[in-house]
Amino acid sequence: MTELLVTLFLPIVGALTLLFINKEQTNLIKRGALLFSVGTFLVSLLLLLKFNPLNPQIQLYYEAIWVPTLDAGFRIGLDGMSMLLVLLTTFISPIAIYASFEPIKKRQKEYYIMMLLLQFAMTGVFVAMDLFLFYIFWELILIPMYFIIGIWGGKDRIYATVKFFIFTMVGSLFMLVGIIWLGSFVGSNLAFMPHGFTTNYLTISQYSLFIPLEYQKWLFWAFALSFLIKVPLFPLHTWLPDAHTEAPTAGSVILAGVLLKMGTYGLIRYNLELFPQASFQFASLISWFAVIGIIYGALVAMVQSDVKRLVAYSSVSHLGFVVLGIFSMTVEGLQGAIIQMVNHGLSTGMLFLCVGVLYERRHTREIEEFGGIARIMPVFTVFFAIAMLASVGLPGLNGFIGEFLTLLGAFKSPFLKSIWYTIFAATGVIFAAVYLLWMFRRVMFGTVTNHANLALKDINKREWATLLPVVVFIVWIGVYPSSFLHISENSTKKLVNKLELIKFGKQRYDLPEIPEIKQNQQIKSNNQ
Amino acid sequence: MANEIIKELTLAFPILFLSAMGIILVIVDAITGKNKKINYILSIATLVITIFAAAVLLYYRNYENIHLESFPISLGMLAYNGYAYVFDLIFSLSALLTIIAAREYNERAEFQYKEFYSLVILSTSGMMMIAHAADLLLLFIGIEFMSITFYVLAGYFRKRIFAVESALKYFLLGAFASAFLLYGIALIYGSTGTLTFSLISQKILAQNYNNLYLILGLGLVFIGLSFKIAAFPFHQWAPDVYHGAPTVVSGFLSTAGKAAAIFAFILIGKNIMIYAYSSQDAAHVITLQNVLAVLSAATMLIGNITAIAQNNVKRMLAYSSVAHAGYMLMGVVANTHEGWAGASFYAAVYVFMQFGSFAIVANLEGKDGDKLEFSHYSGLYRTRPMLAAMMTISLISLAGIPPMAGFFGKYFIFKSAIQTGYLWLAIVGVVTSIISVYFYLRLIIYMYFREATDQSSVEAPPRAAAFSLVICTAFTLLLGIFPTYLIELLLYLQ
Repeated sequence: MTELLVTLFLPIVGALTLLFINKEQTNLIKRGALLFSVGTFLVSLLLLLKFNPLNPQIQLYYEAIWVPTLDAGFRIGLDGMSMLLVLLTTFISPIAIYASFEPIKKRQKEYYIMMLLLQFAMTGVFVAMDLFLFYIFWELILIPMYFIIGIWGGKDRIYATVKFFIFTMVGSLFMLVGIIWLGSFVGSNLAFMPHGFTTNYLTISQYSLFIPLEYQKWLFWAFALSFLIKVPLFPLHTWLPDAHTEAPTAGSVILAGVLLKMGTYGLIRYNLELFPQASFQFASLISWFAVIGIIYGALVAMVQSDVKRLVAYSSVSHLGFVVLGIFSMTVEGLQGAIIQMVNHGLSTGMLFLCVGVLYERRHTREIEEFGGIARIMPVFTVFFAIAMLASVGLPGLNGFIGEFLTLLGAFKSPFLKSIWYTIFAATGVIFAAVYLLWMFRRVMFGTVTNHANLALKDINKREWATLLPVVVFIVWIGVYPSSFLHISENSTKKLVNKLELIKFGKQRYDLPEIPEIKQNQQIKSNNQ
Repeated sequence: MANEIIKELTLAFPILFLSAMGIILVIVDAITGKNKKINYILSIATLVITIFAAAVLLYYRNYENIHLESFPISLGMLAYNGYAYVFDLIFSLSALLTIIAAREYNERAEFQYKEFYSLVILSTSGMMMIAHAADLLLLFIGIEFMSITFYVLAGYFRKRIFAVESALKYFLLGAFASAFLLYGIALIYGSTGTLTFSLISQKILAQNYNNLYLILGLGLVFIGLSFKIAAFPFHQWAPDVYHGAPTVVSGFLSTAGKAAAIFAFILIGKNIMIYAYSSQDAAHVITLQNVLAVLSAATMLIGNITAIAQNNVKRMLAYSSVAHAGYMLMGVVANTHEGWAGASFYAAVYVFMQFGSFAIVANLEGKDGDKLEFSHYSGLYRTRPMLAAMMTISLISLAGIPPMAGFFGKYFIFKSAIQTGYLWLAIVGVVTSIISVYFYLRLIIYMYFREATDQSSVEAPPRAAAFSLVICTAFTLLLGIFPTYLIELLLYLQ
């Protein structure tokens, strides 16, 4: 519990500390930001020790009532899924910060404050166990991201950042209406709270079964719209290529690495958990859009001339697998979706880092400008190849595991009841190989056609330090995924049990009885 | 008897003291000749004492269940409930911020007439009459008192053509609206035979009134009040008046003035409408409520959509203030404890965020009231980083993005609307919030993402004005992160 609070608040402490450093002392600011971020990562490793993967419930729960009459509280906790995503956040953030040391040259103090603020808000989204708190973190992300793209971005940054902000805002404000409606419906009609209102996630999820289907449908879309924009699902994806292309390297890494996962996380945590009956109804619709997104993203990626834009469209395609896995509502599909979220964060994050390496040296991202880089930058080529192959889904690297599991889940799903999803989605894997390998060939191989490329230096120590840790995890997940899959396994099984109990009236998976859970609940009921 | 007189004098201290000081300031003004500082200091001292007194009275609130009629001085005209003191605090804080920010602003514009201070104090005492009104007549007097001082304040830069236009426009339309209000009050009197809120509610409960006149009267009162908060379709005066008036005064008009008018709405809702639900014409009252809901929705839409097209920051803020009237009205539409608390919370928060942004505009304004375009704000982060940061916080709060106070205001109001079945109204509120994000962001884009076009340096805000800015920003942040105390207080006071 203390570790969780520290993990959440250490970045904001860092941001406040940076506020008081003179903006001329850029070295101190950079190192301070990195120190706080790495510190947070180390604390989050302690979290892993405290976390019991056998326990499918919310763990390390901490509750402080904020506004009693609204039953809005500062409630945070972790289950298997959020554990992995919190680790992903605390892992990616220091890398993004370290990767910005050289590229970011103007207004450094503000930049690192924004990065730490972003880390705080992202962690908050994954640990919030109160809808009100969740919404606050969800919106809080917009502010630093808006400035990161808008100030430190590329040429069309203002257009991109406004588009990003407005798209996200459209979804999230409908979610706000949904939250208030849900809070007052559950608070007054089901849970009988003293003030007729609650945003406590645990309470609402307890009563979620009893929300009538006609209301669930509306609530489902109020939440899903917001999440699907963030994911982004075809056809709501148009903000993503712009935001990715214009953002600075670290911004893209964070955007691809963590921000997009907030959407898919929200789909599991809120849509499946709170509106199960509506989820059954809309699963096939959303899955079709996911499949379309997989193919569409891949096809559009194929014709891009800008490397970064290509990677951005590949995100649309990859996230389609995640959504498909989620709405297959099987253990395999959900586990695949969760591990694919982590994978995508690592491999696409690394791809963006590699594009950043090229961009810093040549200040262009046009594929035509490159060619034959492999001879000039041999070490870089190895890293770029690993990231690219991980993204393609080569067995032995992480991407394969996630895609395989999601496709398997969709195939076996008793909810989707059709193998066509899998068949169409699988073509996305082939397309991914086509556009990524083709891009790689054009950029890295062949003869050096452009003389500006001859003088390029291979990656330096800083770039080594940002790329190497990612490679370690890419290979680790690819070779031995169990050490990650088992963290979220029981939480996933619990969710699937709940869904199948509602739909088919039976549970398939046995979960261990953890005495600690009862204790927790006892404490909670005493508090109430 | 003497005991009771002392007791009432204590309870009425804020309003009596402030009104008395308003008059004393006029006299001091006449005596002191060219010395301008005395009025400034006296008015600040007055407001600080008032704030302190109101806070103390709010803290020791054990007067809630006393019969108003037993008070020997006001004889039931003045109410001393917690809400009244909360609004006393809101009004006098807003007036204090105005006076602190205004001195150097007026100096720079070379309009330093001393009556400014007494006018602000007098209009505040008018607002306090609204806050303490237990009687429709006092409510009307308070509104008129406030409005008339506002007409003068709006034209305070009397040599500027825009200021004169603004004052004249405000006065003509305002007088027209006051007539509606008075006519409505007369009809309510005709229907129930009394002006006191408590007696009106008794009559309504006893079904001892004429229902046609009551509904007509309520409708006319709402028209009058809609004008005062600048709600659609009675909002056309607002942009011109806020644009023409001295910027600091625009801040005062659009915050405290709006809060006062919203409180008048709350008083009507709380003391008259709510009792009519159980009477024979509940259906009519609900129709009235629906009409208000439509007005609220239209206000939000018109205000926000028109604000998009503005290139002048002051006008943009003026249109956005029209839109915010719509949000506050939503709490009145809900007409529950939570709705009133939400609207009051919003009004309180609105003082800080809106006045904060107007004070920054005042600071950046040129000597002749120019330099108000968006383009004059480009690159502000470099020339005045603190001002840009504070403006951003105010704008983000106005847009209703957490963790600023504006978000909580919207949250409570949307919640009250949804809980009373006005889901569609909340959705309109949400859609208009999205629209509003666009133009608030636009100003942030100018401040942060563009470089300054003209290299002339921006002056640092004078110390006093900076102080009022810091207060506004601090409250916008604090009420955002810790809204609990205020909202619980407002809900408890019912």
